[in-house]
Amino acid sequence: MHKLIFSTFAALALSSVPVLAQPTDILNASYDIARELFEAENAAYTTTGATVTVNQSHAGSSAQARAILEGLQADIVTFNQVTDIEKLVEGGYVSADWASEFPDNAAPFYSFPSFLVRAGNPKNIADWGDLANEGVQVIFPNPKTSGNGRYTYLAARAWATEEYAGDEAKIEEFLTKLFANVPVFETGGRAATTAFTERQLGDVLVTFEAETLAVVKQLGADKYQAVVPSVSFLSEFPVAIVDKVVDARGSRELAKAYLDFLFTPEGQEIAAANFHRPQDESVAAAHASTFPEVRLVTVEDAFGGWEKVTSEHFADGGLLDKVFVNQ
Amino acid sequence: MSTPVARSTGANAMIGLAFVFAGMALVVPMVLIFSFAFREGLTAYLGAILQPDTLHAIFLTVLTALIVVPINMVVGVALAWLVTRFTFRGQQLLVAIIELPAAISPIVAGIVYLFLYGNQGLLGPILQPLGLQVMFTPLAIVLVSLFVTAPYVARELVPLMRQQGTDDEEAALSLGANGWQMFFHVTLPNIRWGLVYGAVLTNARVMGEFGAVSVVSGSIRGQTNTLPLQINLLFNDFNIAGSFAAASTLALIAVLTLVLKSALEAWEQK
Repeated sequence: MHKLIFSTFAALALSSVPVLAQPTDILNASYDIARELFEAENAAYTTTGATVTVNQSHAGSSAQARAILEGLQADIVTFNQVTDIEKLVEGGYVSADWASEFPDNAAPFYSFPSFLVRAGNPKNIADWGDLANEGVQVIFPNPKTSGNGRYTYLAARAWATEEYAGDEAKIEEFLTKLFANVPVFETGGRAATTAFTERQLGDVLVTFEAETLAVVKQLGADKYQAVVPSVSFLSEFPVAIVDKVVDARGSRELAKAYLDFLFTPEGQEIAAANFHRPQDESVAAAHASTFPEVRLVTVEDAFGGWEKVTSEHFADGGLLDKVFVNQ
Repeated sequence: MSTPVARSTGANAMIGLAFVFAGMALVVPMVLIFSFAFREGLTAYLGAILQPDTLHAIFLTVLTALIVVPINMVVGVALAWLVTRFTFRGQQLLVAIIELPAAISPIVAGIVYLFLYGNQGLLGPILQPLGLQVMFTPLAIVLVSLFVTAPYVARELVPLMRQQGTDDEEAALSLGANGWQMFFHVTLPNIRWGLVYGAVLTNARVMGEFGAVSVVSGSIRGQTNTLPLQINLLFNDFNIAGSFAAASTLALIAVLTLVLKSALEAWEQK
């Protein structure tokens, strides 16, 4: 009996040890709402003759970064947050120059916080200002736990900064009203979507444009419609090789080849078909009818970079805490 | 006081109420799970179940139960034996410690294991250079399942063995039985129903555990997703038919376990 138990344990433990032979699979640790996208990318990737199996793990981007620091053997990360890759850089898992290892700041595609309303847009939601109106219920994930939620906060603040010409008191008043209109803060992007669609909570869902378009496609244009605000916040979805893991497993080539694929026209086409805006201009032009023109502000222009955003807005007692009163 | 045969209207009403409540709270949800699962027909149901990731989740869940239940049966009997047949300092403390996993929230159990075996944790930095990865593997799922279900068997057996006392065992020993003979011929038959019931509870909890497992699993599709995690994943993917198909499978396994237990009981009473 003991021998049996021991050998079962040994087998389980061994099955999890990185094998020294050339690996045939890699693990992609990704964010919550990217499941369908990467399933499609993987299927397309195999048609290029690649024989690698790309396993998928999806959860909140920050949760995934934490899991990798605790030992999740992910060869590559495809996140929706630059800050979450920076955590891996600090932990010594990703090299500091990751953003220059691939084109376009290592972000093959991007999106931005946008709106999803119920069919007919009964509350006449057109822009950020409408979300703070009395009697409008807004759904977006908790900025404390979700990258998606943090982007929403930054987009709303970027709009308000322009609208009130930088008057901090007015900006904070608007943001406080907006946050007070949120009946429940879900922890992740997909949970916020299900709250809006399955539980029928709220009048408007604020999430990535990619998610709003996917919901309209999946659940029907007779039930939901996407509304693009006048201005939003560029949300680049960065990718990186987890050096510490690929060096231990000998899987660097597999990992690099897969990430390279995401930047090819085929990879970009799949992203666009799954409602992520592609960097490739010819692919973007081919999908112009799906993606309306929108003005996007960048973290550098509006907030002076991610480091500044983290310390000024998202640190404990930061600017987010001043307006996030009902958390 | 009414006669044993004629029940008062009040009593009948109470019985009726119990049936209504059981129907609403227990039967209706179970029927719903299965009807949702088969809403799009048997082919769609089978298609959802035979999907490789879901099949693997079923396999992993059953494998975890097959490892955890026997281990915790042995450990449970040993613990119950220790605290009911011996008197020693710290006995009450030990009883309390056995109860601990049942009292704390599963998410706490998961996080404790993360702090223990994670790379930033207590043992992780020692195991990592040896190439031993525990966290985010099936091994972590087995370990955390062992932890959360540790009390179930002992909990059933301790009151039972206290109540039964040591008379039968003393008689066996005085008639010349050795320790193992006494255990297999006297103790074990006396506690068998408690043991089976404890095993059924352990099994149900192992297969159904979500919180603790979700922390240590890493949720890699087709590798470390157990059936409850897979159900959650399919549900969040808007794959409602798939999630109900997986949910009905989990419910079916639970029902089968109960049927097996009842069959054993019936067979025993013949």
